[in-house]
Amino acid sequence: MAIEFIDIVETSLAGLGTGSLMALTGVAFVIIYKATKVINLAIGEMLMIGAFVFYGFSAGLALPIWASVPATLVVAALIGGVIERTMIRPLLKDNPVSVFMVTIGLTSVLIGVVELVWSAEPRRLPEFLPQQPVLIGDAFIPSKTAYSFLIASAVMAVLITVFAFWRGGIALRATATDRAAASSVGIDVPGVFSFSWMLAATVAALAGILVGSVGGISSAMGLFGLSVFVVVIVGGLDSILGALIAGLFIGWLEAMVGRFLGGEFKLLATFSILLIVLVVRPYGLFGTHEIERL
Amino acid sequence: MRVATAKESYAADQGLFKTDTQKVWFGLLLAALVLFPLHGSNYWMFLAVLVMINVISTTGLNILTGYTGQVSLGHAAFMAVGAYTVAFFDGRFDTPVLLNLILAGAVAAFIGYLVGLPSLRIKGLYLAIATLAASVILGFIFLNWTPVTGGLRGLNVPTATIMGIELATPDRLYWLVMPITVIMVLAAKNLFRTRVGRAFIAIRDRDISAEIIGISLLKYKLTSFAISSFYAGVAGGLWAYLFRVVTPESFPALASIFFLAAVIVGGAGTIIGGIFGAVFMTLIPEFLKLSATALVPWFPDASIYLAPVRAIIFGLLIIGFLIFEPMGLAEMWRRTRRYFALWPFRT
Repeated sequence: MAIEFIDIVETSLAGLGTGSLMALTGVAFVIIYKATKVINLAIGEMLMIGAFVFYGFSAGLALPIWASVPATLVVAALIGGVIERTMIRPLLKDNPVSVFMVTIGLTSVLIGVVELVWSAEPRRLPEFLPQQPVLIGDAFIPSKTAYSFLIASAVMAVLITVFAFWRGGIALRATATDRAAASSVGIDVPGVFSFSWMLAATVAALAGILVGSVGGISSAMGLFGLSVFVVVIVGGLDSILGALIAGLFIGWLEAMVGRFLGGEFKLLATFSILLIVLVVRPYGLFGTHEIERL
Repeated sequence: MRVATAKESYAADQGLFKTDTQKVWFGLLLAALVLFPLHGSNYWMFLAVLVMINVISTTGLNILTGYTGQVSLGHAAFMAVGAYTVAFFDGRFDTPVLLNLILAGAVAAFIGYLVGLPSLRIKGLYLAIATLAASVILGFIFLNWTPVTGGLRGLNVPTATIMGIELATPDRLYWLVMPITVIMVLAAKNLFRTRVGRAFIAIRDRDISAEIIGISLLKYKLTSFAISSFYAGVAGGLWAYLFRVVTPESFPALASIFFLAAVIVGGAGTIIGGIFGAVFMTLIPEFLKLSATALVPWFPDASIYLAPVRAIIFGLLIIGFLIFEPMGLAEMWRRTRRYFALWPFRT
C-alpha cells in the first residue's frame, strides 16, 4: 500500500488537533502538580465529569450554548474546590503516595457518579461548533478538530499570559518554588491550593467539552486521561511548555500509529514511549530534576 | 485482663506466633476453615474460594506496596499472566494442577521481575506509572498474541484434576485453594522474619538510608516485585480453575484498583491487614447485590444502580480510610484487641 503524502498531512493535522486537547488537559494536570505536588490520576475523570455537566446543561436543561459553557465551568470549579478541600487538603502533609492513592479512589467515585446519573451508555453532545470542514491547502480537516484546536490554543495562550503576569499566577509559581518562602511573603498558600484545583478542574472541564464534542461522551472517556498522563510525564510534570510540546507530539503519534498501523497499537505506542522516557529521562523533557537528600 | 508475656530469648521474641493465645486462635481458625464446608451452600463455597484467591493476591500486593513501599497499578495484569499460564499449560499439555500453579507463579514472577527493572532508575509514583504502562502493554499482548492467548475469545480452562478427582465445583476446589492460601499467607508472614523481608521494610521506610546500610536497592526491589507477582500468578491460576475461562476482559484495570483498595482498607504493611482487606472488599459487592435484591419490591430497578454504587463505594472506602484510618482495618482490630486485653482498665 503506497502511503500518500496528503494522507500523512491530513492524519498529522488531525493528530495535532487531538494533541492540542491532550496538551490542554496536560496543562490542567501541571497546574495541580505545580501548586500542590499532587499527581492527579483522576484528571481524565475530571475531564469526563466536566463533559457530562455540560451535557446536563445543554441537552438536559436545553440551555443555549452561551449559557451552558460558563455554567459548566462554574460547576467544574466548584467540584475542583470541593475535591481539594475535602480529600486533598487533609493529606497534603502526609506522604505523596497517600494523596496519589486518594486520586485513584476519586477516579472510581467520579465514574460511579456519572454512571449513576447518566448511565454508562455513550452519548453525543449537541452540535455547537461550525459544521463547515476546513481546508488547509489540499488537506481536509473535520471542522470540530480544527475549531477545538483553535479554542485549546487560545485558552492555553491566556493561561500562559496569566501565569506570567497576573498576581495570582505569580503567587502560584511562588508556591510551586517554595511553600514556606511564599507563605512568609504573605501569599495565602492554602488559598493557592484551592485556586489551583479549581482552575485545573475548569480547564479540564473545558477540554472535556471539546473532547466530547469531537468523539462523544461516555463514562469510559476518562481513558483519555491515560494519554494525558503520558503527555505530562514525557513533557515533565511541572512544565507547562513541556505539556504543550509533548501533548502535540503524543497526539500526532497516536493519530499516525492509529492510521497506519491500526487503532489497537495506539496505547501500545504511547505507553512504550512512556516506558522509554521513564527509564532514560524520568523527570521528562522539560521537568525539574529533583535531587533527593537524606 | 491478660497479663503481658515475657520472652526469654530472641528466638521466642521473633517467633511466628509469639504467645500461646495466638497459637490457640490460629488453631481455631484452621478448625473453622476445615469445618466450614460442612455448612456452606454452593454460593457460600464459591464466595469462600473467591475470598481466598483474593487473599493470596492481596497478600502479594501487600508485600510489594505495604512492605516495600512500591505502589503497583498493574497487579491484576500479573494475575492475568498466571491465569493464562494455567489455561495454556492445562489446555495444551494437560500437565498436573500443582505444576501448573507453580508455573503460573513462576511466569508471573519472571514478568514481574522485568516490570520491576525500571526501578533501577525511577521510584515512587513514577514507578507506579511504569507498572500502569506495563499492564497496558500486557493487556495488548493478551489481546493480540492469538496463538497462545486465544485473542479476544480467550481460553477455556479444563477442570482441575488431582489424583483422578475432578475439582469441578467450588466445594471441591475449596480443598485445593484453602491449603494453598494458608501456606502462602504463613510464608508471607515468615518472610518478614528473614533478612530479605527486613530489607524490604528498610527500603520502604527510607530507601537512601537502606542503601547506605548495605542493602542493594535494585536486588531487593526486584525480589519484591518477583515475590509479589508470584503470589498474583498463583492467585490468577486458581482464579482460572474457579471461573474456567480466561479472556482479556477477565482482569480489567479496575481489578488492580480493587487490590490496591484491599491493601489500603485492610492496612498496608500487615499480613492480617491484607486478609481483612481482601475479605472485606470481596464481600462488599456481594452485600450490595443482596441489598439490591432486597430493595427490588420498592425500587424495581435497584439492580441497574449496582455497578455505579459499587464503584462509588470502592472509591469512598479508599479515600475515607486514607484520610481517617490510614493504617486500615488492621489498626481498628489492634485497638479492639488492646481494649479487651486491658479491660477493665483503659489506656
